[in-house]
Amino acid sequence: MAKLKLALYWAAGCGGCDVAVLDINEKIVDVAEIADIVLWPIALDFKYHHIEAMEDKAIDVCLFNGAVRNSEQERMARLLRAKSKVLVAFGSCACFGGIPALGNFTDRAEIFQRAYVEAPSNDNRDGTLPQIQTKVKEGELELPEFFDTVLTLAQVVDVEYFMPGCPPPTDLILKVVDALATGQLPPPGAVIASDKTLCDECERAKEEKKISKIYRPHEIIPDPQRCLLEQGIICCGPATRGGCGLRCIKTNMPCRGCFGPPMGVLDQGAKLVSAIASIYQTNSEEEVARMVEEIVDPAGTFYRFGLAASMLRRKRMQGVTHEEDHH
Amino acid sequence: MSFEPKIISFLCNWCSYAGADLAGTSRVKYAPNVRVVRVMCSGRVDPMFVVKAFQSGADGVLICGCHPGDCHYSEGNHKAARRIPLLKRMLAQLGIEDERVRLEWVSASEGDRFASIVNEMTEQIKGLGPFSPNGGG
Ligand code: SF4
Ligand code: SF4
Ligand code: SF4
Ligand code: FES
Repeated sequence: MAKLKLALYWAAGCGGCDVAVLDINEKIVDVAEIADIVLWPIALDFKYHHIEAMEDKAIDVCLFNGAVRNSEQERMARLLRAKSKVLVAFGSCACFGGIPALGNFTDRAEIFQRAYVEAPSNDNRDGTLPQIQTKVKEGELELPEFFDTVLTLAQVVDVEYFMPGCPPPTDLILKVVDALATGQLPPPGAVIASDKTLCDECERAKEEKKISKIYRPHEIIPDPQRCLLEQGIICCGPATRGGCGLRCIKTNMPCRGCFGPPMGVLDQGAKLVSAIASIYQTNSEEEVARMVEEIVDPAGTFYRFGLAASMLRRKRMQGVTHEEDHH
Repeated sequence: MSFEPKIISFLCNWCSYAGADLAGTSRVKYAPNVRVVRVMCSGRVDPMFVVKAFQSGADGVLICGCHPGDCHYSEGNHKAARRIPLLKRMLAQLGIEDERVRLEWVSASEGDRFASIVNEMTEQIKGLGPFSPNGGG
């Protein structure tokens, strides 16, 4: 069999997804046996024009990590889409926006103001902000356009498979490598994870769920046998897809939702609102109000990895209509 | 043209829908801005319905159920009373003002009360202006 042509690309991410690929350790040799890597910016030096020169669909599989938050990433997403037979949204950022999509609680103007003007480490008396085009005496410089709204990969191009996780766990990566080696790929659109919720897979003792106080993880040492949510710790398990091997739960930490919503759940945040508020043990308005306040940052907690893929996608921008709005 | 808000209302079958019906049959005048969705109980209103309404172009969402103690399924309205405040706080962080989501208890005999809630909410949302979700992309 001819070797597969494999591309790995990073957009708005942290690099952790690339490291996760390296973390498959000696199995990387198996990958090298079945595939030639044609693009991998973190590890190997290839230029974009090498990719541009390829014929369409010349790449067999592209693992694309990171969300899309600027015009260069958008251009690469389109280019790699055109050149790849199979495009995989690799990791939570590519699948749902991930941590970078928390930027959807704000917008370009606010981010620039904070990062380039207000940040205490800056000395920017002229208030210089990044511009797409800048004239200097040597000519014109160009920067990618920074979008107001972070997008998921599938909001930009068609995607064959979704591999959630921040980053995806080794066993799921190996599962995909295996599937590629044997040519036994799942039907397009598949999410490479479990179809159940994390709670369905969790082995902690679940009794009658009722809580009367919310704790932040550093405020108590939870019982390692009992459901964390029942102990008053916000655990995103009820609204999160299983398949991670209960990575956080096993270290006695709550799930933060990195596998995204399970099948059939359109909005992870709305689902968590109902899962959590439904177990408040009180009918008193004051008590409910107190418990609502005890969650420090509900939207940031419930959409920690999924804001870009949620129903509303971002905080509403004042004075912008749907048509005008753009990334 | 003046802005006419679209308000989606979820009314429980046993009390609030009957209350709204009474407002109609007794010819109480109220703003024509609500679109009614009848649900069996206010406890049936999944927070997802509310988010979906905003995503689909609603300017406000009104949820009405039986008064505490009167829910046909005994606990449903308490459930709503636990969920909606947390939902509202989360939606506020997404730029949805407090007045755009409202939970009220309306009995079958409170046609007038239903009408005045609708009128008040319509006025408040007129003041806020339209809600247009801007998902980007
Ligand atoms: S999914 Fe997590 S590990 Fe991967 S790029 Fe995003 S933040 Fe980094
Ligand atoms: S809420 Fe968390 S701890 Fe409880 S069963 Fe679900 S995943 Fe396990
Ligand atoms: S427990 Fe939750 S946050 Fe942790 S790895 Fe699994 S899905 Fe992600
Ligand atoms: S039946 Fe009216 S609120 Fe439950």
